[in-house]
Amino acid sequence: MTLVLPTVLAEVAGGRTEFALTGVSSVRAALDNVGESYPILARRLRDERGQLRRYVNVYVDGDDVRRREGLDTAVGEGQEILVIQSVAGG
Amino acid sequence: MDNPRYLLAIGTKKGLWLATSRDRREWELSDPQFLMQEIPSIGIDTREGRTRLLVGVRSEHFGPTVVHSDDLGQTWTEPERASIAFAEGDDAAVERIWQILPDTEDRPGVVWAGVQPISVWKSTDGGESFELNRALWEHPDKGDWGAGYGGAAAHSIVPDRKDAELVHIAMSTGGVYRSRDGGESWERASKGISAYFLPDPEPEMGQCVHKIAADVDGRLYAQNHRGVFRSDDQGERWVSIAEGLPADFGFVMLTHPRRAGTAWVIPLVSDYERIAPDGHLAVHRTDDAGETWKKFDGGLPERDFNVVLRDAAAVDGGDPVGVYFGTRGGSVYASGDEGESFVEVASRLPDVLCVRAAELW
Repeated sequence: MTLVLPTVLAEVAGGRTEFALTGVSSVRAALDNVGESYPILARRLRDERGQLRRYVNVYVDGDDVRRREGLDTAVGEGQEILVIQSVAGG
Repeated sequence: MDNPRYLLAIGTKKGLWLATSRDRREWELSDPQFLMQEIPSIGIDTREGRTRLLVGVRSEHFGPTVVHSDDLGQTWTEPERASIAFAEGDDAAVERIWQILPDTEDRPGVVWAGVQPISVWKSTDGGESFELNRALWEHPDKGDWGAGYGGAAAHSIVPDRKDAELVHIAMSTGGVYRSRDGGESWERASKGISAYFLPDPEPEMGQCVHKIAADVDGRLYAQNHRGVFRSDDQGERWVSIAEGLPADFGFVMLTHPRRAGTAWVIPLVSDYERIAPDGHLAVHRTDDAGETWKKFDGGLPERDFNVVLRDAAAVDGGDPVGVYFGTRGGSVYASGDEGESFVEVASRLPDVLCVRAAELW
């Protein structure tokens, strides 16, 4: 399973935009896994309540997790979690 | 600029600019930093033999954070652990850091932060980590505090210069609160400040106080949502000092760092007409604690229909004191003569949300 970040977040993710993860079964677990190594990245994506920031969108194989089970959306081998910042700002 | 004497930090809706000067007349403006991120708060800490810039940064996408620089903005540090973050059980998330205030010279390391949602935080390590003031966070009045247009935040923190246990804060809306025990407890301190938008026009709490500041003698000054006030008794009672001003609405309240009785405001017509009277920005200064006011507009444009927000004005520690402000139209002005005449430091920046200035040597 692969987690893909937008380029703008690479500077708080050790310069990387892709992480190959094993042994995680949900979007939450995937974000927890990467966030443990990169705590600044973790808070860019989720607030202190653990909620996805309003203008951060997460897709699993192209499906917006907000339209599925949110952070509890299941992921498995071969799937891609894609993080994209949504349209916001003026 | 090599070896500048004055530093002016400009926080805008889309980035941070730093300006430096040797004489407060000629200014050199940096390129933007944190471009496309909002900078609602800046603190310049010149204590302990170094200049530390503390900056509240907020990304529309990726949330708020606090960063600091000890080399005048050449490099920035963001702690791995968030400087300001609610605990798991608080069921809250920091939305915006409105205020970063280094305390007095004799309280090294102490830095205060005012945050949205309404909360006050204190650091004892120079602003690298802050602790939530739980007494205010759990205050019984909390359910009655509201959100002004800009959001619900503790926007003013005024630690007393002499008594380390005495602290005043202000919020919109909620009013002024006072702690006499270093933040262990908080009591209402808004009597006399008006709130025309409430059924009781002179309530004990709920006022939309825009900014408070204290002079060197501990007298308090408030720019209210309609009304300019002073308190001589630590907020027990406030009296109007609006007479002599062209209007009593505005956001700015500044005080002189060394001379008691001197304060500055930048009046706007009213809440229904948020522009300077006649579309002409001017600074008004009192040197007698609000008994009389003098208008100064030297160097300011004939017409400017942009407002000056509550933290988009500051003084430095120079002698004479420098006065600075920026507008939502992106103009920034500096005065080296206590606000009597200004030069333009920058123009056509994004909306100016905050400015802070310091004399570096």
